[in-house]
Amino acid sequence: MRIGNTLDHLKEQKEKGLIIYITAGDPSLEATEELVVALAEARADVVELGIPFSDPLADGVTIQQATQRALKNKVNIPKILTSIKRIRERTSVPLALMGYYNPMYHYGLESLVGDSKKAGVDGFIVPDLPFEEAEVFGEITARAGLELISFLAPTSTRERIAAITQKARGFIYCVSVTGVTGIREEFSPKVGESLKIIRNYTNLPLAIGFGISTPAQAREAAKYADAVIVGSAVVHLIEEAEGDLAKMIPEVSRFVRSLKEAITE
Amino acid sequence: MNKRVETFEITETFKTLPNKRGYFGEYGGKYVPETLMAALQELEAAYQQAKEDADFQQELNYYFKNYIGRPSLLYFARNLTEKLGGAKIYLKREDLNHTGAHKINNAVGQALLARKMGKKRIIAETGAGQHGVAAATVAALFNLSCAIYMGEVDIKRQALNVFRMKLLGAEVIPVNSGSRTLKDAINEAIRDWVSHVEDTYYMMGSVVGPHPYPMMVRDFQSIIGEEAKEQILSQEGRLPDYLLACVGGGSNSLGLFYPFLEEKKVKIFGVEAAGRGLHTTEHAAALSAGSIGILHGAKSFLLQDEDGQIREAYSVSAGLDYPGVGPEHAYLKETGRVTYVSATDEEALEAFQLLSRTEGIIPALESAHAVAHLFTLIPKTKKEELVMVCLSGRGDKDTEVAIEKLEGK
Repeated sequence: MRIGNTLDHLKEQKEKGLIIYITAGDPSLEATEELVVALAEARADVVELGIPFSDPLADGVTIQQATQRALKNKVNIPKILTSIKRIRERTSVPLALMGYYNPMYHYGLESLVGDSKKAGVDGFIVPDLPFEEAEVFGEITARAGLELISFLAPTSTRERIAAITQKARGFIYCVSVTGVTGIREEFSPKVGESLKIIRNYTNLPLAIGFGISTPAQAREAAKYADAVIVGSAVVHLIEEAEGDLAKMIPEVSRFVRSLKEAITE
Repeated sequence: MNKRVETFEITETFKTLPNKRGYFGEYGGKYVPETLMAALQELEAAYQQAKEDADFQQELNYYFKNYIGRPSLLYFARNLTEKLGGAKIYLKREDLNHTGAHKINNAVGQALLARKMGKKRIIAETGAGQHGVAAATVAALFNLSCAIYMGEVDIKRQALNVFRMKLLGAEVIPVNSGSRTLKDAINEAIRDWVSHVEDTYYMMGSVVGPHPYPMMVRDFQSIIGEEAKEQILSQEGRLPDYLLACVGGGSNSLGLFYPFLEEKKVKIFGVEAAGRGLHTTEHAAALSAGSIGILHGAKSFLLQDEDGQIREAYSVSAGLDYPGVGPEHAYLKETGRVTYVSATDEEALEAFQLLSRTEGIIPALESAHAVAHLFTLIPKTKKEELVMVCLSGRGDKDTEVAIEKLEGK
């Protein structure tokens, strides 16, 4: 339960958590290994590693393209798990596998959870597996002591919030906007209202994701949440470096550090 | 062949499916982001209400009759029957509908529902362009704004339909992600829906997607089978021995099959697109050559590689060029109630020409796949038997592709 414990601990310390998403295998798995270590050193509290999928329907253009680059490199779950084993020799940062349900289902849910646990994965985030469909995977992950993270959206009704928070583990991924992932100019302050409602139902850490791409937006989000999730903005920096690790690692590290500073008073 | 066909017994009441969670056996469900779950619940509630609302049904029937031109004819294809020398062949003429295909049945139904729900904007995906045209048509009729997502590859091969949609006032949005065909158009339409869920109605064109779409689209298309049943009873005094229809996502086939599912003696065949052959990777036969997975919100059969990445489908017919299939079809395959077969590009093109020459009816390339299975089926039939084929659309839209394939030979 490393993800939940880490965020709970931060909450006790009155510190805000930073969760960073990158797509595994973009631009290569070697780069991913270096990036995860660098993210941990730059004080990311949790890292989400994206499993690339041919049809990422909850993602905007930035992550779609990262996915395409990773798929061109023939990145798949077994290769990602091998990389994670190597990453685990260098850092203990909590790691979640984030991906669409089909590649996971195709791999076999029991094997996936067993193999992931062995490799050092702490949890799963599956955007197209809503509460109603998550029972089986939820049980398998729970049995292995891994976390399956639940989502809440601005459109979630109070009935859904009540039901979802009751079964949730680790933290709650609160989607800030009705939309897909991506860099946005404005951060909607409406999310503050939603989080107030959600807090009536749960003591779990609440993390805000989707559309947080600058330190200023992260600071704003951290006013309401226990943690902020940044993905597309980091993926964009990785893309800009065009495979040059000597450029990529320091730039990503500097950006992540600036995010953490922004959410730390 | 599937052994279960011979011993098939109706142990399930097909009429009660899907269950409350949207499952047909183990297939179906709602595999979508949390943001859309409330919208799906709202849609389901609105649809259940409409289904029981006499005024809604009356309005639907009004447009079926006066706008689409229903009932569509059940035509005895005398020349084709003589040519093939077996069972009597009847064609259910969905090609005679307004806009030229069965797609308009579902589009009218969903547009009335969208209007009832107070939605002002509809979005839709399209492959061949038939559903896009149908959606643009009803948007014009009911004064709704309309955006159609269409893959760039399909835009090129269906130029006529693209122009029709624009003429009808719809915005056609080219999709250049992934394989740039129907599956990517659906991804993009879902992304639009997630972003505008409050005021936008997603008009899905086939029996695919998350619950309640597979159920709802099937219900709106069931008019095909309901009419056909009545028509064959009045023309022949009995039910048909065989039903044939093409299966891409599977809406015209399910529309024809559904009212016959509990008629034990009726043998039912769904015909998938075998493209360049099932032994190649260039086909669209999800049921015949695919495996179980989750795509576009539902668990069903699909074409995928060893890592669970969705494979690109291929067929000469843009309307069948989809790597998935509706979850109810997966269930009908598993129970053995429907036998799924396939026809290659070549067989479909042969049927396309044969029907044009013998009956003076140019079928859509999609429907030509169903006609093509007659070549296999008819030699095994007796003259007194009856075969009913769903002619889901007309072939005008396919003339350019056909010229390229046939004249280029």
